[in-house]
Amino acid sequence: MSEIFSASVIISILTSGIRLATPYLYAAIGETFSQRSGVLNLGVEGQMLLGAFVSFYVVFKTENLWLGLLSAIIVGALMGLAMAFVTVNLQAEQGISGIGFYLFGLGMSDLLFKMLLGTVETVKGFSVVPIPILSKIPVIGEIFFNQNVLVYVAFLLVPIAWFVLNKTTLGLNIRSVGENPEAADSVGVSVVKIRYFTIILGGILSGVAGASMSIALLNVFQQNMTSGLGFIAVALVYFGAWRAWGVLAGALLFSMVQAIQLRIQIIDSISLSPDIAVMMPYILTIIVLVASVSRVRAPSALTKPFDRGE
Amino acid sequence: MSDNKLPSGHTRIDSLEMRGITKRFPGVLANNKVDFEVHAGEVHALLGENGAGKSTLMKILYGLYGQDEGDIILNGKKIKIDSPTDAINHGIGMIHQHFMLVETLTVAENVALGMPSSRGFLTDLDRVSERILELGKIYGLEIDPSAYIWQLSVGQQQRVEIIKALYRGAALLILDEPTAVLTPQEVKEFFVIMRQMVADGHALIFISHKLHEIMDICDRVTVLRDGELVGTKIIKEITKSELANWMVGREVSMTRELVDVELGPARLEVKGLCADSNRGTPAVRDFTLNVHSGEILGVAGISGNGQKELAEAITGLREVTGGSVLLEGEDITHCRPGEVTERMLSYIPEERMRDGMIKDFSIAENMILREHHKSPFAEKGFLMLKTIAKHSDQLIDRFRVKTPSRDTKAGTLSGGNIQKVVLAREISRQPRVLIAAQPTRGLDVGATEYVHAQLLEQRANGTAIMMISEDLDEVMALSDRIAVICEGELIGIVPRDEATPEKLGLMMAGVNPEEEAASAAR
Repeated sequence: MSEIFSASVIISILTSGIRLATPYLYAAIGETFSQRSGVLNLGVEGQMLLGAFVSFYVVFKTENLWLGLLSAIIVGALMGLAMAFVTVNLQAEQGISGIGFYLFGLGMSDLLFKMLLGTVETVKGFSVVPIPILSKIPVIGEIFFNQNVLVYVAFLLVPIAWFVLNKTTLGLNIRSVGENPEAADSVGVSVVKIRYFTIILGGILSGVAGASMSIALLNVFQQNMTSGLGFIAVALVYFGAWRAWGVLAGALLFSMVQAIQLRIQIIDSISLSPDIAVMMPYILTIIVLVASVSRVRAPSALTKPFDRGE
Repeated sequence: MSDNKLPSGHTRIDSLEMRGITKRFPGVLANNKVDFEVHAGEVHALLGENGAGKSTLMKILYGLYGQDEGDIILNGKKIKIDSPTDAINHGIGMIHQHFMLVETLTVAENVALGMPSSRGFLTDLDRVSERILELGKIYGLEIDPSAYIWQLSVGQQQRVEIIKALYRGAALLILDEPTAVLTPQEVKEFFVIMRQMVADGHALIFISHKLHEIMDICDRVTVLRDGELVGTKIIKEITKSELANWMVGREVSMTRELVDVELGPARLEVKGLCADSNRGTPAVRDFTLNVHSGEILGVAGISGNGQKELAEAITGLREVTGGSVLLEGEDITHCRPGEVTERMLSYIPEERMRDGMIKDFSIAENMILREHHKSPFAEKGFLMLKTIAKHSDQLIDRFRVKTPSRDTKAGTLSGGNIQKVVLAREISRQPRVLIAAQPTRGLDVGATEYVHAQLLEQRANGTAIMMISEDLDEVMALSDRIAVICEGELIGIVPRDEATPEKLGLMMAGVNPEEEAASAAR
């Protein structure tokens, strides 16, 4: 039992917690943008799975990590474009169409996997890039500055997202479209353009979230490898009250719990069924969502299609 | 400052003309060859009943709709307006009836929204704030740029809308029923601002149902009826009743006659009633009054001062947190809405589209709600379709509902006809007590006249009526007594013959003149 509290174990749990926050951050920051503009994208999980497979396959074939990442971006953007067309132009019910996109991503990634790979393969993913000087700081350096490039970018996204949403005209447009699209429309802000932008951005970041798992964290592709992580990311946006820093707090909470449960599984002295350990993030999702209900008001126009009424 | 500049620094619109405007919607000719013209330094009223095509015409001018035929001519030059952005660039601004403000943003953010920033892709809220204060000084529109919209009163929100338009360089402003949501005092202040703007060379288009306001503030009036131009006149050359007849196309009575009715016992007794708003804050505080058989008790107040919560607490739709409600002596305080209905209380809700009917149901179905589970409309769980059909045909006839058939979906009717359906249902069950919330909001002169006549007939039949209204003219015309509510509290009850708009206006702002006088004497 004492083993889990030793300094080296705690540092390694924190280090992997930071790593594991990466896919949550990409997906949830993307989702934050689309929800702030009034669109609930439930297809995140599907976008992640396709992003994960495509980037993995490209890296497997070409061994070019950047090409793999680019392919995840393209796939995510295309999924986002389709989602935008369905929700903005066709004004479909967002919850149902989101589930449709999830199922598409799940089935498509599975099909492509069986057709193109057949068995579980591994690739050499993004390797750790220690940040000069900073990585030499004891403890902190090891936890924060000895990670791969996708981890750094994920954490950089948080202040960037905060800045864009709160300090730029684009952010002002996004927020107003999500709160009162009629008002935005009446002063010449294009609700359609803004929502297309945020949904496609969400798709891109979801694709990258998938890639971060398959070519940076785990370096394998398996069927349904995201196992609900995309849905947790959607929940994180609610937990984080549609704010970038809140999303960061939620992502860290979940990734740390995940890091702990992974560690518990390999410690012999704790006889906890691995099944129960694996359940922990999901149980936490439910608890956190119940606890955070109605704490902050959602964007008023969330899930509501906009129609000028002509 | 050159001659054609406004104090805001923008160019004046000397004249704007709309010529031969035609707009068709599926099955409706909304505007048929309408001509309209406005010039700098005038307030031009646009008057017409619901569905006369005023809004359509103005939405075309503001670029929200495209016209099928006709031209818009600005300062003698033909222009095209395809979007609100185009309109704004031409100096045309619009203050919508429902404010186009984002509640969760600040005043400055709302003003900056949609405008290019001096810092490129970064917002320049500090500069916007400076300009807001500057414009506020010029036009007497003081407002705190850093306040959030939800913190502001309705009157203040309207100022934000005006500043928003001025900031965008509006030389011509379309005001769509701007006074509908204001108290009499706020209306006066608003008219001062309007006069100032006109004197400075702005052109204003004023859309309103309220004839006395048009007589008061406007220079000219253009009347539309059924999508067609009736004509344009100079206000000084026309009287109020001529204007009403002109708009409706027939003789309209502007006065309401209250026949003498013997006052019966108190049918509805509200004692120390308390209820919370949806946000959980107290909305109705220790409210006490009685409504007697054969009287209309008017409840006046500024929008959002607990009127809705009061009506809902009485009718069982909202939880009562204190006090009691008695209907003919029986305690109904914690009764469910169905039980209150059973005791023959009828309720005409404020949000008739949402709470008063089911949009996707037919008119016949809507007309039997409340009674639909009982004989004669249902026997042993089966709907008696023939009885229902006969009943609805009778009501459609008696209440003169304009509809293709009883099977038409209620949601497709015009506002006035929807209110007639609700009214028909609530009145035809011969209620002991009737609560009518904003019974004529959004209705035109003709429909209003009809609804008022029905309420007066109920009064003559001995029904106890509580009429909640934000329209002071309506309250003063129909009520035997007028109760004023402010922030959920009863400020006082004034008998009909002692009520003046000034007195009620003060009370609506929370001041009781009698108490003031009493404390001054002390």
